[in-house]
Amino acid sequence: MDAFSERKYVISAMILLLCLIYIVRLFYIQVVDESYMLSAENNSRRYIVKYPARGLIFDRKHRLIAYNEAAYDLQVISAQLKPFDTVMLERILEVDHSFLLNKLKEAKQKRYRPYIIIKQLTSDSYAQLQEVLHRFQGFSVQVRTIRHFPYNCGAHILGYTQEVDSNNIKKDRYYEMGDYIGVSGIEKSYEKELRGIKGGEYFNVDVLGRVKGRLEGGKYDRHSEIGTNIYSTIDIELQAYGEKLLRNKIGSIVAIEPATGEILALVSSPGFNPNVLTGRHLNKYFQLLKKDTLLPLYNRAINGDMYPPGSTFKVVNALIGQQEGVCSRHTYHSCNGGYFVGSFKVGCHVHRSPVNLVESVQMSCNAYYCNVFRNILDNRKYGKVSVAYDVWRKHVMSFGLGDLTGIDLPGEKPGMIPKASYFDKYYGKDRWKSLTVISLSIGQGEIGVTPLQMANLVTTIANRGFYKIPHVIKGIDDASINPKYLVKHYSTVESKYFEPVIEGMFNVVQGGEGATAGWTKVPDIEICGKTGTAQNPHGEDHSIFMAFAPKVNPKIAISVYVENAGYGSSWAAPIATLLIEKYINDTIKRDWFEKRILEANLINAKP
Amino acid sequence: MRNHKKEENLFARIDKLILVLYLLLVFMGWFNIYAAVYNEEHHSIFSISQQYGKQLIWIIAAFFIGIIILIVDTKFFPMLANPFYGFIIILLLSVLVFGREVNGARSWFEIGSVRIQPAEFAKLATCLLLSKYLSSFNIKIMKLKTLSIIGLMFLIPFSLILLQNDTGSALVYASFVLVLYRLGMPGMILFFGFATAAISVLSLILEPAYISIGIISVAALLYFLLRKDVKQLTIGLIALSSSLVLSWLVFFKILHQESYFPVFISAFLVTIGVFIAPIYKNRLNHVLITLLTTFAFVIFSFSVAYLFDNMLGEHQKTRINVLLGTESDTRGAGYNVNQSKIAIGSGGFSGKGFLEGTQTKFNFVPEQSTDFIFCTVGEEWGFVGTSVVLILFAILLVRIVFVSEKQKSPFSRIYGYCVASILFFHLAINIGMTIGLLPVIGIPLPFFSYGGSSLWSFTVLLFIFIKLDTDRDRIIH
Repeated sequence: MDAFSERKYVISAMILLLCLIYIVRLFYIQVVDESYMLSAENNSRRYIVKYPARGLIFDRKHRLIAYNEAAYDLQVISAQLKPFDTVMLERILEVDHSFLLNKLKEAKQKRYRPYIIIKQLTSDSYAQLQEVLHRFQGFSVQVRTIRHFPYNCGAHILGYTQEVDSNNIKKDRYYEMGDYIGVSGIEKSYEKELRGIKGGEYFNVDVLGRVKGRLEGGKYDRHSEIGTNIYSTIDIELQAYGEKLLRNKIGSIVAIEPATGEILALVSSPGFNPNVLTGRHLNKYFQLLKKDTLLPLYNRAINGDMYPPGSTFKVVNALIGQQEGVCSRHTYHSCNGGYFVGSFKVGCHVHRSPVNLVESVQMSCNAYYCNVFRNILDNRKYGKVSVAYDVWRKHVMSFGLGDLTGIDLPGEKPGMIPKASYFDKYYGKDRWKSLTVISLSIGQGEIGVTPLQMANLVTTIANRGFYKIPHVIKGIDDASINPKYLVKHYSTVESKYFEPVIEGMFNVVQGGEGATAGWTKVPDIEICGKTGTAQNPHGEDHSIFMAFAPKVNPKIAISVYVENAGYGSSWAAPIATLLIEKYINDTIKRDWFEKRILEANLINAKP
Repeated sequence: MRNHKKEENLFARIDKLILVLYLLLVFMGWFNIYAAVYNEEHHSIFSISQQYGKQLIWIIAAFFIGIIILIVDTKFFPMLANPFYGFIIILLLSVLVFGREVNGARSWFEIGSVRIQPAEFAKLATCLLLSKYLSSFNIKIMKLKTLSIIGLMFLIPFSLILLQNDTGSALVYASFVLVLYRLGMPGMILFFGFATAAISVLSLILEPAYISIGIISVAALLYFLLRKDVKQLTIGLIALSSSLVLSWLVFFKILHQESYFPVFISAFLVTIGVFIAPIYKNRLNHVLITLLTTFAFVIFSFSVAYLFDNMLGEHQKTRINVLLGTESDTRGAGYNVNQSKIAIGSGGFSGKGFLEGTQTKFNFVPEQSTDFIFCTVGEEWGFVGTSVVLILFAILLVRIVFVSEKQKSPFSRIYGYCVASILFFHLAINIGMTIGLLPVIGIPLPFFSYGGSSLWSFTVLLFIFIKLDTDRDRIIH
């Protein structure tokens, strides 16, 4: 015992104080602060997504038009790397040295996690790689699927997929980086059905990212569910044929089955092979397509809404005129090279005069429709032109013009049928007359339609007064299509008024005096059509044609636009009748006729 | 007959609490090593090819060593002190020449597959020699001669171990300060030592200004507690705080200075000025001393920060900052501590369960069976496990201190304090490191960490004390 024995208390107190401090600290990091728990999971838990294959797409005849091919993402865990033969790997991957070095450098940032070196290797490269993969420690392959389109056509309808961006992820929490999403066409509008449901597996991994078994024996693992198969309304061979016919031309084709509103073909030219926007070169090709001045990515058939309908629009005025009682089958108007009011003139080509309603369609008389249109707008019972105009507009819109049709493809444009107030604004309230807007009588002026709307218009005529909203999907594996596509939309023009118009359209193709497209007729198919030659400020006239066939129980209704190609009868009409012939007869008998179209290059033609 | 009786007595006289705590810690250590490096292919805890199998061999050997120590006569240990110390010094020298380098430290002898670390036993040798020297008759601790001899005793092994590049083991010699304190070294030295160390570290983490405020508050509090002079304290505090505010206003608002240093200096001058008259009148020397000490610490705090900012290279600064946690570097220098905290923190209140830990088993934590074995305890047994371990250690240490005080023989008593101090230092540094309160200094957790050398040296250390205690009524020279 000595003088300092009391110091045992100080020393014991120090021991106890330290243990107390440590216990408090431990309480804090173990019980209070939960972030360590998360960091630990982050460290040792690896979630591996099981990607489902996208649903298949079939055409109307159950031909497979979009399926999945295996593609292989090569990934690396930097921490597991051992020295390897870089030259060999570069040769197999077809990349240069700096690319590989860069990727390996980036992978080093992640160190213990898989980092994708190269995406979507083809089966061929993968086959080569697989044989030697064991020599490249740390590398592994993740199997994904990419789309393949065996018919190499229909890009604008089918669309394409690409990796999601931050916007997609923000909008729909389903998506995570690395997922694919449909960005156009059916791939986009039926994304939810096609994408399936992702699954996932949880693994425990060690510090080098090596898998050490399933988390809790796979308790939290989920299987992926493959996407739903979809049946399209497209006739893929008709589609391919349409694309072939429009090669080297700018324009579009829309073909619809009148009874159902099902789209048989939808072509926008120039287009592209849908297979270029799959796989590892997507971005490269996308940039090329984007830069192309002919806008191959642009779907003219539904996105181009400033097309003037031209003379095809005359049939609309013929129908409205009858409904409004300002003309009938037996109404005659004379035409002496045009329509004249004072110094005002709408020219017309040379044909017999006077003509009745049927003949006016058959011969596409401008003067006749100037008269009809003015009689509609100046109809006493409406008092004012603007009131009569809005009545006329309502009729027009009942044919599905001037508004979105509601097709199940993304990005549709509404077209334009202006309200009376539009002219009020332009000319001053009621400061305009029927003559002011006379161009509308022949489908020119302040009016714009999409080729799809045009096809829908001729569908309505083929059906003698109704249409169903055009659509590209017939069925979804285990679900029915949207019932809105089954509803008949009637136009405001009564069914009986369609016959004289159809008779005129019949004569347009089948011949008869002054028929504008008589030379395009197909033996043993009764085609009814109407030509259009629309002036446009950007050069040569657009060649337009709309038609349906056969006359009784029509099977196909079609609209064709060929930009800056001249008369409707010279290009659009032959293309339309060839497609009709192909669809109804399945073979083309008019070889010379087909040859002329196939060989025509109208893109580089001098204006 | 006499022998037989002595055997009986021996067991009866052994301190059962220390023995039980020792056994508990050793077996807990073994189970945690098993969990830390658990290998599916060798799932038996007895697999000799694995660390857990080997540890069992070390444990059994340790028990034999322990029993032998209990059997030999107590007189043997002071006798052993000098030659053993000499022997160890020779070992420390030769390891520098013949040793094998592991993790950058040349501190291992390799004989076949067995590695021995002399530094682990150097502590023991120093303990014995120190106890023997200080227990010799008529030693005055605060004499220059005594201090020089003690200093040399520490310095020789310390520098040799430092030369092996084994900083952790060398730092253990700092723990003898506690022994010296118990033997009569003024408490002020201990206090100033701690305070200086703490303030240096804190100055690098926090603004010196905040630390100064802390120092002043602590000084004021201590003064009040020790002197219980409310009047002086109040005057002092009012003088100090008002002058602080005043000079802050002057320097920051009027002179637009951005440094706290002049603020504190002027505040102190004012405060000392306030006390000048009463100091003269009433001879209040203690007030002056308190003020000057506080003032010295404040200046010290600013100087550390200044030296750090201006005298060190970027690289050194980064390393120190990472150690102190002011700079996060979870990939480089800070990786170990970060992973260690994650492992312990993820254990939660009751842990993930035996063998269920992922952080230690999958190698996220480095050295998980040796220096970072506490991570496995934290991850698999949670807060319950870690506090139990800490409490067991606390009981063991306090028990050793109190048992030491019961010794009649100064040798035994001093030796007991040596044991307690070394264990305490190891505990504080090792666990402090795993929970991110102290820098990473690689020393084992006594009885827990994998490794024969450390287990045996701690066993010998402790069992000599247990043996000495069985003869607590005898004077041993």
